Amino acid sequence: MALSTRHILSIRDLSSRDIDLIFQTADSFREISERDIKKVPTLRGRTVINAFFEDSTRTRLSFEIAGKRLSADTINISTSGSAMAKKGESFGDTVLNLEAMNPDILIIRHNQAGAPLLASKLIKKGHVINAGDGMHEHPTQALLDLFTIREKLGRVKGLKVGIVGDVAHSRVARSDMLLFRKMGLKVYLCGPLTLMPPSVEAEYGVTWVPSFDDIIPKLDVLIALRIQKERLEEHLFPSLREYARYFGINEKRLKKAKTELLIMHPGPVNRGIELSPDVIDGPRSVILDQVTNGVAIRMAILYLLLGGEGEKGT
Amino acid sequence: MNQVREQSTAKASLRKRGGLFYDKESHVEEKLIMNVKDMDAALLRIAKEIVAAGTDGVALVGIRTRGVPLADWLARKIEKVQKKPIDTGVLDINLYRDDLSEVAEQPLVKPTELPFSVTGRGIILIDDVLYTGRTIRAAMDALIDYGRPKFIRLMVMIDRGWREFPIQADYIGKKVKTDADQIIKVMLESIDGENKVIVKRKI
Repeated sequence: MALSTRHILSIRDLSSRDIDLIFQTADSFREISERDIKKVPTLRGRTVINAFFEDSTRTRLSFEIAGKRLSADTINISTSGSAMAKKGESFGDTVLNLEAMNPDILIIRHNQAGAPLLASKLIKKGHVINAGDGMHEHPTQALLDLFTIREKLGRVKGLKVGIVGDVAHSRVARSDMLLFRKMGLKVYLCGPLTLMPPSVEAEYGVTWVPSFDDIIPKLDVLIALRIQKERLEEHLFPSLREYARYFGINEKRLKKAKTELLIMHPGPVNRGIELSPDVIDGPRSVILDQVTNGVAIRMAILYLLLGGEGEKGT
Repeated sequence: MNQVREQSTAKASLRKRGGLFYDKESHVEEKLIMNVKDMDAALLRIAKEIVAAGTDGVALVGIRTRGVPLADWLARKIEKVQKKPIDTGVLDINLYRDDLSEVAEQPLVKPTELPFSVTGRGIILIDDVLYTGRTIRAAMDALIDYGRPKFIRLMVMIDRGWREFPIQADYIGKKVKTDADQIIKVMLESIDGENKVIVKRKI
């Protein structure tokens, strides 16, 4: 049982068999996080570097905990703490210096799309995992999203998923669209046209719907994306108040929704903008399950990239 | 796929020769060492031994994959002997193996199911074949991560020798003298379609 890819840079790297394998493995790993002793010795002696060139708390912590629960040595570096980046070293040189210390896995987050790809081409040994690169992709987030849907609804094929908000700037939306389409889900997008990438329908096989309220009764899953407040300065939408009025999700708007509709959000949530507090804390919300499942998914990926089966000793 | 096809043609060309199965094409010699009755009798004998030693707080834990149906089988025997059921659990030891980094393919990790707290319980580990002892070493490590059992004992259907670790079984279905190039297969109905133990050798 091995993945068909050495690096995980994009959902495109994964076959549907890989995805099933990651999910089956993550199913087994969920239990480790519920034990009193939350640790197994599987990756003892392996080194995992979390190289975060862009701020992150949840994803970095999730990867770090995943590594530690498998007994890998996990080391974090971030731009703010990295003398390398501050002193003017190029990204490529930083990667080569990290490689020179023999890590088994480099987990890279960067505000430039393609940085993990570049790293994967520079290194001769080891594996690279993309933990979010610019507006490109965030494959482990998409995997934990679909894993959560599969856990809660018991199936994935044929489900209808709505993604609402700033699709254009969202790497989560890109990875989600690729993964969901690959695994046979239907994807509907909703949000201000200024926040939709041009030709997204043709490129990803998804449907843009102009009216949010029309689509809600059909959906099995609704994923709200974070409104990046800094985009306001770019005049892509008039005001947060107006956005919340047209695209914010609240209980009133969900009246016509299916009872089992799942509400998801990659975090961090702007309470009262993308989602109203009653929805965030309500029974449909699986936002915190996504966080829990993120650890299991990342454990599965570390294990499948690094583990190996020897001859069986009986 | 190819392997499955090879096996089925090999089976088709098996010829019986006084308990010895000899396949000319793939040069595999197959010998039956326990049939379903032998296995059932061995488990009944072991069940009596376990009950005689006392089953208060004792649970059976099968090691995936073939220890699991064996544990269920033994549990049914114990229930018959003592007229009350015994707890059973399932242990997956893949995360505790000492050979994970040696080759490129990962075993699929399946869930461990221990529907009771291990702490303070007597645990009898159940496996099909005791060989090098490495699986049992891993199983003990895995079990201890769930708590502090009062004791751990070991039951195996076949002890084939060739130990690499100082590990011995407390309950043994059958001891078999083997060569290193022989393969012992404990076949169980829920996995293999029938209950029997065979020894194979490539010639």
